Amino acid sequence: MITFNLNDEKRSVDADPDTPLLWVIRDEIGLTGTKFGCGAGLCGACTVHIDGEPVRSCQTTLGDATDQNITTIEGLEGKAAKAIQAAWQEIEVPQCGYCQSGQIMSATSLLAQNPKPSDEDIDEAMSGNVCRCATYVRIRKAIHHASDLMEA
Amino acid sequence: MSTKTEMNSARRSFLKGTAGVTTGLLVGFHMTGKGLAAANSDKTFTPNAFVRIGTDNLVTVIAKHIEFGQGSHTGLATILAEELDADWDNIRIEAAPADASRYNNLHWGPFQGTGGSTAIANSWMQLREAGAKARALLVQAAATTWQVPISEVTVNSGIITHKNTKKSASFGDFAEQAALQPVPEKITLKSIDQFKLIGNKVVRKDIAGKTDGTAIYTQDIKRPGMVTAVVKRPPRFGGVIKSYDTTEAEKVKGYVGALATPRGVAIMAKNTWAAIKAREALSVEWDDSNAEMRGTDQIMAEYKELAQKQGLSSRNDGDSSKAIEGATQTIEASYDFPYLAHAPMEPLDCLIELTEKGAEVWAGSQIQTGDQHTVAAILELKPEQVTINTLLAGGSFGRRGTPDSDMVSEAAMIVKAIKGKVPVRLIWTREDDIQGGRYRPAYHHTLKAGLDDKGNIVGWQHKIVGQSIVTGTAFEGFLIKDGIDATSVEGASNLPYKVPNISVELTTTDVKVPVLWWRSVGSTHTAYSTETFIDQLAKKGNRDPVEFRRSMLVDHPRHLAALNLAAEKSNWGGPVKKGRYRGVAVHESFNSVVAQVVEISLDDGTLKVEKVWCAVECGIVVNPSIVEAQMEGGIGFGLGAILRNEVTLDEGIVEQSNFHDYEPLRIDEMPDISVHIVPSEAAPTGVGEPGVPPIGPAVANAILAATGKTITKLPFSKGMPELV
Repeated sequence: MITFNLNDEKRSVDADPDTPLLWVIRDEIGLTGTKFGCGAGLCGACTVHIDGEPVRSCQTTLGDATDQNITTIEGLEGKAAKAIQAAWQEIEVPQCGYCQSGQIMSATSLLAQNPKPSDEDIDEAMSGNVCRCATYVRIRKAIHHASDLMEA
Repeated sequence: MSTKTEMNSARRSFLKGTAGVTTGLLVGFHMTGKGLAAANSDKTFTPNAFVRIGTDNLVTVIAKHIEFGQGSHTGLATILAEELDADWDNIRIEAAPADASRYNNLHWGPFQGTGGSTAIANSWMQLREAGAKARALLVQAAATTWQVPISEVTVNSGIITHKNTKKSASFGDFAEQAALQPVPEKITLKSIDQFKLIGNKVVRKDIAGKTDGTAIYTQDIKRPGMVTAVVKRPPRFGGVIKSYDTTEAEKVKGYVGALATPRGVAIMAKNTWAAIKAREALSVEWDDSNAEMRGTDQIMAEYKELAQKQGLSSRNDGDSSKAIEGATQTIEASYDFPYLAHAPMEPLDCLIELTEKGAEVWAGSQIQTGDQHTVAAILELKPEQVTINTLLAGGSFGRRGTPDSDMVSEAAMIVKAIKGKVPVRLIWTREDDIQGGRYRPAYHHTLKAGLDDKGNIVGWQHKIVGQSIVTGTAFEGFLIKDGIDATSVEGASNLPYKVPNISVELTTTDVKVPVLWWRSVGSTHTAYSTETFIDQLAKKGNRDPVEFRRSMLVDHPRHLAALNLAAEKSNWGGPVKKGRYRGVAVHESFNSVVAQVVEISLDDGTLKVEKVWCAVECGIVVNPSIVEAQMEGGIGFGLGAILRNEVTLDEGIVEQSNFHDYEPLRIDEMPDISVHIVPSEAAPTGVGEPGVPPIGPAVANAILAATGKTITKLPFSKGMPELV
């Protein structure tokens, strides 16, 4: 049994410690907002937070997650998250939407740490998240807008 | 994917086969009586196959097209809601079941499916009529109840009103009575100036669920007792299983079983990770005696030789050879285009469960009729016993629209082999996706043209060599005429420029790499070769690229409108910042015309696409934000591909495997984009694909302006590696 906190709830999972956290979250716990995109840490669709820091859950093992505080899109809270999600809706960022949980996890983390990011800051924080629909113009716009919403 | 003639005849046969249409009403799901509008047991008003109105005021629009990012659900609902005068906030959208008799694509004939950027175009009149008819029944019910003339009853945002008597009611109030009304003989559609939703900002219905993780895709569906399956496919296309050994795989915790299928060895496990691990532990010996053993270098060398021979003619105006012989100047170019993977963010997947009635399928089903019939054939059921739940899909770009129902048939084969004992969820990993074939075909093009002393084109010869996408599929009869696959030459044989002598030839090749339509299909390569060749000719004849095109587009007002708008918005010909260079391209695909002007920089010799001005002529725009999004996304999708994407084979084995060596465009490479829409009162045409074709040639033309060289070997990382 391996124990960790997921979205402020204590969870215990009986699986091999080498199981990627992604599959623990999706298959064992049954939260499906975190997506499988590449399984190799190359696309960011599986991004979750550990203590507020974005990590790729396909590259984080269950063993690594022991006693950690993990947040998924379902448990995302706080001023930055609310601003990001509101901006995402207002700017109509998603197309197919499959990568957007990961995009939002990365963007929330960026904004929580840097409330007024420049285009370069956005590129740096978001370039690990692939969007095949290429919604990038709107992602950039929405992060700036969320920044304004946080200030207001 | 279809010509206008085919579209019209498809529509006629559809009308003939749907008895209710001629009297003004489609047959609904729950008809209570012939000639009456329909209500079902829970008192829902179901006037036709596309809408249900509940006593709770909720209006449910039945979407016959899949939503995989292109905004079809919102667009379809907008068209119906417009004529219904519904309150947008009360609209819900539901995916239609598989039923080609009611939900066929009117541009395809008797097929239900999404593709060729037709979702809005083929539904335009169908859904306007459906909305208007439902509205008429509600109005009739109100007029009857209130005992006032029908002509005095108005509807606005879901509220039915009779002004003189100050009576007012919601849709829900009359849902039951409306279902009992006789079907109106005639309905009147709105004029364009009466549109309130169409052309305006309407909130996309799928956005909220896509920002909080609640949107459900096939990957997210779970059924009691289900197993997850992955398939170990042959490393070479055409290879088959010789033998396999599960000794090591069986040791993986959660392993359930393995079985041979025509596609490879399927491994089943209790969860995804166990399936992936067990597959890694599986050993398989393959029989490659019928496999493709060539590498792409060899294949492309053969294509180059084939281009020297005569192909099948797909267009022959005048005498191009003679015209080129007599020209003042001639120019030649040859192009290589690689295989391309679609790589949708959600890798392919499908869940199938046998039920008492037959089978239930959950999938991002793009061609429901094909998927339904394929599953039925494999599981020995009648098609109507196969229920298809079309889920939101994490992108497709053509990949889910396989004429042989790729992932759905794989899942069905596994279900059949285990006699349906448990539900099977099949998933593909990213490696399966990149290495699994169904690529945009590789092509070799050669072009030759002659100019007169004023720089006008007098003759044009274009040869295309490559695989056919539709040979051997159900679309063959539809899209191959006289040996020419229309999807191989589209964009080339309909070159819009006024050139007196044009010849276009096609040589179709035989390679065992499975190929498929890839967002914008033939135009992915024909737009690039024709539009970069035009710029080479402009340069040779000392003509401005925009002026040169304008002079040859006199008979194409829509091309001109798009080109002129892009030129105007970008201030073409005006001052350009030092170190910046511009290029232009215009191309028609799926009945829409898109022109793009790009501005690039080459600081330290590294290419960066800084800005794109995009103008689109696509008829009436149902949802401007979605059209803009499709242009933005099409540009990003196309740009990533031309910069560095290619699938190559070494002795038949695919060399790429994941996003590290097939890397999509990332945010730091995305240009600034402004989209401009040409005003139009014509019926809507496609937008999902037409944003893709111009970006490659526009960027290449900017590089020509900067360096004097055209990149003729794609991707750029191969054709001009020093830039990328």
